[in-house]
Amino acid sequence: MRIKLEKRREPSLAMLVATPIASVLLTMLIGIVVFDLIGIKGFKAVVDIFLSPLLASYKWQDVALKAAPLVIIALGLSMGNRAQVWNIGAEGQYVIGALCSAGVGIAFGQTGGFFVVLLMIAAGVAGGGLWAAVPAWLRTRFNVNEILSSLMLTYISFQVLGYLVGGPWKDPNGRNFPATAPLADSQTLPVWPDSTVHLGVLIALILPFVFWVIMARSEFGYQVRVVGSSATAARHGGFDSKRTIWATLIIGGAMAGLAGAFEFTGVLHKIDLGFASGYGFTAIIVAFLGRLNPFGCLIAGIVLAVTYVGGQMAQTSVHIPNSTAGIFQAMMLFFILASDILVRYRIRVIPTAKAAGV
Amino acid sequence: MASPARLELTGITKRFPGVLANDNVGFSVKPGEIHALLGENGAGKSTLVKMIYGIMQPDAGEIRWDGQRINVANPKAARKLGIGMVFQHFSLFEAMTVLENIALGMDAKIPARDLESRILAVMGQYGLKLEPHRIVSTLSVGERQRIEIVRALLLNPKLLIMDEPTSVLTPQEVEQLFTVLRKLAQEGCSILYISHKLHEIKALCDTATILRGGKLVDTCDPAVETSRSMAEKMIGSSLKDISRVAGRAFGATKLAVQALSLAADGPFGTALSDISFNVRAGELFGVAGVAGNGQNALLLALSGEATNADPASVTVDGVAVGHMQARARRGHGVASVPEERNGHAAVPIFTLADNAVLTARDRLGMVRAGLIDAKAARTYAGEVIEAFAVKATGPSAMAESLSGGNLQKYIMGREILQKPQVLVVSQPTWGVDAGAAAAIHQALVDLAATGSAIVVISQDLDELLSLCDTMAVINGGRLSRPMAVAEAKIDEIGLLMGGIHGEAAHAH
Repeated sequence: MRIKLEKRREPSLAMLVATPIASVLLTMLIGIVVFDLIGIKGFKAVVDIFLSPLLASYKWQDVALKAAPLVIIALGLSMGNRAQVWNIGAEGQYVIGALCSAGVGIAFGQTGGFFVVLLMIAAGVAGGGLWAAVPAWLRTRFNVNEILSSLMLTYISFQVLGYLVGGPWKDPNGRNFPATAPLADSQTLPVWPDSTVHLGVLIALILPFVFWVIMARSEFGYQVRVVGSSATAARHGGFDSKRTIWATLIIGGAMAGLAGAFEFTGVLHKIDLGFASGYGFTAIIVAFLGRLNPFGCLIAGIVLAVTYVGGQMAQTSVHIPNSTAGIFQAMMLFFILASDILVRYRIRVIPTAKAAGV
Repeated sequence: MASPARLELTGITKRFPGVLANDNVGFSVKPGEIHALLGENGAGKSTLVKMIYGIMQPDAGEIRWDGQRINVANPKAARKLGIGMVFQHFSLFEAMTVLENIALGMDAKIPARDLESRILAVMGQYGLKLEPHRIVSTLSVGERQRIEIVRALLLNPKLLIMDEPTSVLTPQEVEQLFTVLRKLAQEGCSILYISHKLHEIKALCDTATILRGGKLVDTCDPAVETSRSMAEKMIGSSLKDISRVAGRAFGATKLAVQALSLAADGPFGTALSDISFNVRAGELFGVAGVAGNGQNALLLALSGEATNADPASVTVDGVAVGHMQARARRGHGVASVPEERNGHAAVPIFTLADNAVLTARDRLGMVRAGLIDAKAARTYAGEVIEAFAVKATGPSAMAESLSGGNLQKYIMGREILQKPQVLVVSQPTWGVDAGAAAAIHQALVDLAATGSAIVVISQDLDELLSLCDTMAVINGGRLSRPMAVAEAKIDEIGLLMGGIHGEAAHAH
């Protein structure tokens, strides 16, 4: 018997949808087995991480709050990935976006209101975009790989954050903790009555439609897809690859900056050393699990948000560390990348030939 | 019965998903026979020889070698039997010497000194000129092919398979190759010669086996057949001649290229130097030349994919466009078809409709307010498919799902139906079957008749001679003086293709 990979004549739509679902299920299955083997109640842990947040309605707000930044960042990243632009530094762009937002807030002192909040959000978008413009410039001017430059800029952003919240922006009334002063109420994002769900969640629900129209219907989206498929064909069609690299990196950074500004103005209201919580990295998993499709990103963002919330729940229920959720997230990425080949190839099992000749 | 055939195939069948590549094919090759395997692209020639050389296994049928039934497991086993193969695309390392390249391809480890003396012996025996210590990147295509031939001959083959060996050679190099092959055959080596160039087969081969659609059509004697009768067997219908209006007059100059130079693209690219020519309205201008002499660079420089600092280096209808990129030049009526279909002229993983958007969106108004009019793209793709008889499931078929020839028809149609003022095409009928090639030629002639200027870059000299009004030869990035095709002499063109320019010959 031989196993052979055979190229499909056309990519399989069924596999495109089935492989992400299978990846999540496989992750759960492996999780149960491995945890049982090391003496932890595997089934309980997996149920807590993947299902409990969905079954407990009081956790839905948490899921929504965690899904919003993941979806927003993943939308930007998936656009870049379509153009073969690999921005790994969304975490840094998220941090810089939030810092720019905070800078505007501090500049206005206690003044708030609609326009100040709008300006704070805009500053977040601009900051994230500018931070991503650095790898764009390095890539188009010196051919520096954006995977490295964007990732390294993330660590620089952490240092910038540490300097600002521990120095110039430190809350004078904050018992010397390195953190900014809490935002005045007039500078925070509007919240749904009697909940913690802020305006950013609504925008995270709308943005997938916007990105879908751009990617599937607009000339710009077409350009992104052509550049990602073949730079030579793009040049033949009269599209500028460099401009596309600039645009997709800046849009990716801007989305991360937007998510950072939302997190700051809508959830945390201050920036401290723990502000960077890994959304920017997890969003890479969301983008791939969502198959770089805007609606896929929305669903995948919710799935990953569930594991975040579930990880916290499992901490108390089965006493496993919070980072367990990270292991599950990594497994999902592993399986989705490994099963990617099934979209374009099919597995054929060839029985051994009966008469093999001389 | 006389001695058994060197190679005998019976009932060979090979199936791929969706196609029957070989259907019950059988023929035999005698010792010392030069046997042609003839057929259009997609007829199943390559699949058949891949099974003889052990790259693939047949689904059914048997292969006999000197009367013995054999199972060729892999190319190494094939070489062990005495089967050598020279591929159409060479597998050589550009940065290594001839000797190193040959040594890397040998199954057995042979000390470099022994190998060198054996190479020299083989070359002496067959009159193959080659310098063992030259770096491959400095060699011409003909010389590179000789490396592959020497590599195959070192194994003392009893059967040599040659896959379209002359497509990259000048007429003089073809003659040299034929001398070598005839000598080999005299010594008893059988040769399986794959080609679709019929006059070569008439000149060289003893027998011809013709395939069409994976089936054996006929085994015939090329000396008795005419080129036309073999071509008709190949395509299964009668050939149409190009019809053109007699006594055409050319209009004003449409495309003017003046002292165009372009730096080489990468270490193995070719620079263009000081190219000048004019193409008038209604004129078909041919550019002949051996592959790799700057044809790609010329196409890019004309299409706008490579720009020039001097705007006046390329003018279209009097407008200097040399500095403009592809999109802006298209606005001035310049369309182009590059040689490489997949990933250059078309995006393989896009539908045909999406591929229509790639080059036709501006001229045919497929973009409104930044949004693509998908319906317009589908409609246009449908028109191209119908007008050029493209075999595809429809506008939503993936480009990569089409055969090479059908994709070429689609791409040619996509540009021609836009009615460009200037059309630059490279290898317009590469991989296209004879019937479709005639249709493409006719479409080019018809486009010229409407007053467009057309540049045809091709390695197929016959194509240029039958299609073009004027032609020039490109060699080493320089273009020869243009000559009227009616007055052109094959010998002179051959010498120009080999790099012997009129001026250079006088200077020395």
